[in-house]
Amino acid sequence: MYNFTFHRPTTVRQAAGLLARNPEGKLLAGGHSLIPVMKQRLASPTAIIDLSQVEGMAGVEQKGRSIVIGAMTRHADVANSTVLQQALPGLAAVPGAIGDPQVRNRGTIGGSIANNDPNADYPAACLGLGATIITNKRRIAADDFFTGMFSTALEDGEIITKVSFPIAKKAAYEKFKHPASGFALVGVFVSKRGSDIRVAVTGAGANGVFRVKSFEEALKKRFAAKSLDGLSIPATGMNSDIHASPEYRAHLVSVLARRAVAKATA
Amino acid sequence: MSATGIGATVRRKEDFRFITGQGQYTDDVVRPGETRAAFVRSPHASAKIKSVDAGAAKKMPGVVAVLTGFDLAKDKIGNLICGWMIHSKDGSPMKMAPHPALASGTVNHVGDAVAVVIGETLAQARDAAEKVKVDYEVLTAVVDPAKAQAAGAPQIHPDIAKNTIYQWHLGDAKATDAAFAAAKHVTKLDIVNNRLVPNAIEPRAALAEYDAGTDNLTLWNTSQNPHVARLVIAAFVGMAPEHKLRVIAPDVGGGFGSKIFIYPEEVVCLWASRKVKRPVKWTADRSESFLTDAHGRDHVTHAELALDANGKILALRAKTIANLGAYMSTFSSSVPTYLYGTLLSGQYDIPSIYCEVDAVYTNTAPVDAYRGAGRPEATFVVERLVEVAARQMGIEPTELRKRNFIKSFPHQTPVIMAYDAGDYLASLKKAVEAADVKGFAKRKREAVRHGKLRGLGYSTYIEACGIAPSQAVGSLGAGVGLWESAEVRVNPTGSVEVLTGCHAHGQGHETTFAQLVSERLGIPFENVSIVHGDTDKVQFGMGTYGSRSGAVGMSAIVKALDKVEAKAKKVAAFMLEAAESDIEFKDGKFTVAGTDKSAAFADVALNAYIAHKFTGAELEPGLKETSFYDPTNFTFPAGCHICEVEVDIETGKTEIVNWTAVDDFGTVINPMIVEGQVHGGIAQGVGQALLEGAVYSKEGQLVTGSMMDYTMPRAHDLPSFHVGLTETKSPSNPLGIKGCGEAGAIAAPAAVINAITDAIGTENLAMPATANAVWTALQGAKPRQAA
Repeated sequence: MYNFTFHRPTTVRQAAGLLARNPEGKLLAGGHSLIPVMKQRLASPTAIIDLSQVEGMAGVEQKGRSIVIGAMTRHADVANSTVLQQALPGLAAVPGAIGDPQVRNRGTIGGSIANNDPNADYPAACLGLGATIITNKRRIAADDFFTGMFSTALEDGEIITKVSFPIAKKAAYEKFKHPASGFALVGVFVSKRGSDIRVAVTGAGANGVFRVKSFEEALKKRFAAKSLDGLSIPATGMNSDIHASPEYRAHLVSVLARRAVAKATA
Repeated sequence: MSATGIGATVRRKEDFRFITGQGQYTDDVVRPGETRAAFVRSPHASAKIKSVDAGAAKKMPGVVAVLTGFDLAKDKIGNLICGWMIHSKDGSPMKMAPHPALASGTVNHVGDAVAVVIGETLAQARDAAEKVKVDYEVLTAVVDPAKAQAAGAPQIHPDIAKNTIYQWHLGDAKATDAAFAAAKHVTKLDIVNNRLVPNAIEPRAALAEYDAGTDNLTLWNTSQNPHVARLVIAAFVGMAPEHKLRVIAPDVGGGFGSKIFIYPEEVVCLWASRKVKRPVKWTADRSESFLTDAHGRDHVTHAELALDANGKILALRAKTIANLGAYMSTFSSSVPTYLYGTLLSGQYDIPSIYCEVDAVYTNTAPVDAYRGAGRPEATFVVERLVEVAARQMGIEPTELRKRNFIKSFPHQTPVIMAYDAGDYLASLKKAVEAADVKGFAKRKREAVRHGKLRGLGYSTYIEACGIAPSQAVGSLGAGVGLWESAEVRVNPTGSVEVLTGCHAHGQGHETTFAQLVSERLGIPFENVSIVHGDTDKVQFGMGTYGSRSGAVGMSAIVKALDKVEAKAKKVAAFMLEAAESDIEFKDGKFTVAGTDKSAAFADVALNAYIAHKFTGAELEPGLKETSFYDPTNFTFPAGCHICEVEVDIETGKTEIVNWTAVDDFGTVINPMIVEGQVHGGIAQGVGQALLEGAVYSKEGQLVTGSMMDYTMPRAHDLPSFHVGLTETKSPSNPLGIKGCGEAGAIAAPAAVINAITDAIGTENLAMPATANAVWTALQGAKPRQAA
C-alpha cells in the first residue's frame, strides 16, 4: 500500500468538498474492492475519504411504494431488514448471496453500485427493479446509471447517498456463483410491477449488467417460467475466461432466468 | 489401552496455542535490529537480463542494501540443487540446469527473483524494490510440457535439448507389448493430471541472523525438514559450514510438501544478513506464494490396460510427460518416477507393466512433491483405467476389481514394490455396505425426477509411505537416507522429552508421540514433551513428508524407548538388589519377578541421575537414549473410497452427496487425528477433481494467481464423510503403522471423476470438472441409464 491522507467527514457536503480538493482521492465505503487493490499496489489514491461517519447514510425504510436504502447500509443490514423482507423479499435475498459474513458486515450497497463490478450482484437488482440512484446532485435511473464494466454515470465529485427501489409485486434473484471468487458467474434478477417486466443479467456480459428484452417481451404475455422455454440469448458479447465460455454463460442466462421467474411466482 | 495410550482419541495438545493465536511462526519471531526484504521479481516468463540498475533504489528512504544476482554470483553463492538422481533409459544422468537464488543471466518463469531490497521497514523495502530498473530482452516462452519437447520449441536452458531432463522407464516393455498383442480387450485413456498450487495457510517465510562475534548464522524458516535444509545450504549452496549454521523451523502452518524444499529466498536472506550484519526477514505475500511455491502434479499421460475375455488384467502401459517447471526443485525428479511408476500396479495382480516418463522444463514455477506426490497421479491412471474397462466390458466395477485384487502377501509387483500386507477385499466390502451401493439404483431414479443425474465412482487405491529403507532408496538415486532419529531424554523427576527428527506442521505429533511414550513408560501423557524443528537441539533427522512420521519417526522412538527400558532395568536392579534378568517392567513399575518388591518409573529415573546405588564402574549415570531407525520396507496403506454425486443437468454443477472411505492404515495411534487427516486429504483430492487447476497463459503469465481465480475447496463443497477403517498391520516397523497423511488426496480424484463420468455417460472429462466442463461434456453425451 502506498501512503495516502485519510479523511473522515461527518456530512455529505464535507465529503464532496474533500473529493473536489483531492482529484486523485477515493471514497471509502465498505472497502472490499478498494483496499485489496491498494494492498496489491494496483491503486494509489492520494486521499481516502471515509464515509462511515457521515450521518444519515445508512438504513432501510419504506417510503410509500418504494424502499429507500442508504448508500452506506451494510449488506448484512439490508439482508436482515424486516421492512425489506416483508415488502420486497426478492431484493432482500440479493445481499445475502454476496461473499461471506465478513464481507457482508463491511460491504455497502453504495460502494457496490458505484464500483459496478461486472460480476457484482447489486447492479442486477437495481436494473432488474428499475431503481433510482440518488446522489448529492441528482436522481439517476438505473437504466442510465450502469454504463459499462466498472463504469457508471457518476460525475466527478458525485456521491451516491441513497438508492430507491420501487416495490414490485413479484421479484427474485438467481445466482450461479463464480467457483473461486463467489461473485456472480451469472446472476439474473427478474421482476414484475404492473406491466413493467424486467430481466437483468450480471456476470455474463462483457459490458457489465444488461437487460434481456426478448425475455421481457415473452414474460409480458405471461409471467411464468414456461414463457421462457426455448428462448436463449446469443453467446456473442458474453464474457469469456477460464471459468466459463461465452456459450456456457449464455446458456446459464436462460436457465437462471427460468429459475428466477419460477421463484418469483412460487 | 489406557485413556491416553495407543488407540485412544486424545485431544491435541498443540491446539490450545494454535486456536488462541499463541502459535509461534517464523513471522512472529522478532530479532533486534531486524530488517525486511522485498524481492524484485521477473514479470516475464522468459527473458535475458541485459542490465540491473539499483541506483535509484539505493537512494530511497530506509534502504539498507540492494543486492542483485550479479552480486550473488560475485560472492560465489552456490546454486540450489535437486537431490535425487534419475538416469534416462539410455543410461545418461538427468540434465540439471543451474538454479541460482537470484537470476543474473536469464529469468525463466514469472516470479523468478533478480534482486532483493533490504529496508528498515517492509513498506520502505517495497517502495525501493519498485525503483530497481531491470532491462529485459523478452524471449518466447513455452508452458505446455508436450510443446516444450517439440522441434523448434524455445530452449529454456542451454545445452538441454528439447527441454528434456530425462527419459526414464520402468518395467518390461517386451513382455507388456506381447500381453497387449494377445489381449481380448484394451482400454485406452488420455489423461491430464492438473497442476495444483499448494496454498498452505501460512505463507513461506525466512528470517536470517548473522552473529559477527561467533561467525554463526541462524535461519528461522517454514521448513518441513530443517536438518536437510541445513545440509543442502551448507554443503551445496556453500553458505556456511554445517556446524556454523543453525536452522529453526518453529510452528509451521501447513506444508503439504511445498515446504520440504530449499528455496531461493532462504538462501538470499542468509547471504544478505551476513552482508548487512543485521537480521533479515522475508514473508511471502499470497501473490508470491502463488508464483513461487513449488506446484504439484502436472502430468500428461496416455495409458492403456489389456484384459482377457474374463476381465483379468494382463498388462498396463503408460507414457507420461511430467512438467517440472523452470528449475529442478529439491526432490522434483523422484516424483514422476519412483513415486509414480512404482505404484502402477495398484491393488491388482498385473503380470506386466511398462511405464515411460519424460520430464521437461517449461517457463513455469518449479513442480515438486505435493500431498501424495506421484501416487495420486498413479492412482488416477490405474483407477480410471479399471473403471472404464469395467464399463466397456459390461462388468460391474467392483466385480472387475475383485477378479484382479492381490489376495496373498507378500506380493512382488513388476514395478519394484513388494507389498507386505493388505486385505483389499475387506475394505471394498465394508465400503460397499457403508455406501449403500444396493440402494443406488433407486436413488438414481429419484434424482432424475428433480433434474439431477446420479453417479457412483470407486477408487481402490494403494500408496507407498515411509519411503525406505535407505539402502533401497539410495539404489534408486536418492541423495539422502530415509531413516529417522529419536532421542528420549528422561529427566530426574521422571518426565520425558522426546527429540524427534520429524517435523510437525499440522500433524499433531506433540499428541500422538506423547501417547506412545505415555503407554510405553506408563507415565502421564502430560509428563511428555515433544521437541522438534531446531538443529541445535535435535540430532540429525529427515523431517516430515510422505506420511513417514508414524511409520518411521515413531519407530525410532520405540527403539530409543527399548534402550531406555533396558538401562532403567539395570538401575532398578541396583535399587531393588536383584539380578537385572529378574526385573520386569509393566504399567510404569519395575518389579522383581515373583516378589512384591518394586520401584516406580520416576524413582528409577531419579536414581539413574543421583547414582547413589551403583558405582561409575558398574553403570553410567543418566537416562537418555538415542536411536536411528531404518525400516525394512515401504509401508502400503490402501483402501476403498466411494463417491456419489448428483449433476445438475441444466448447469453441469456437481454436488458430492455421499462419501465413504474405508482405509487400512495398520495400527492407529489416535483415531480422531487419523480421521482428520482423511478428511483433509479428501478435501484436497476433491479440490483437484472439481475445483483447482493452475492455468498459465501461453506467454507464461499465471492466470490463476490469486484466490479470486484459483478455486480452493470450501466446507460447502464437501459432504459429511463416512469414514471407516480396516486393519492389517505393517510387518515393516515395530508398531505396525502404515501412515495416513496422504491417502485421501491419493484416493479422491479418481473416485470423483469415476462418479461424474458414471452420471453423465461419457469418459471425456478432464480435471477440474467444473460446472462448465461437465456441461460441455454433457452436450455430447447420453446419460447412462439407471441399472
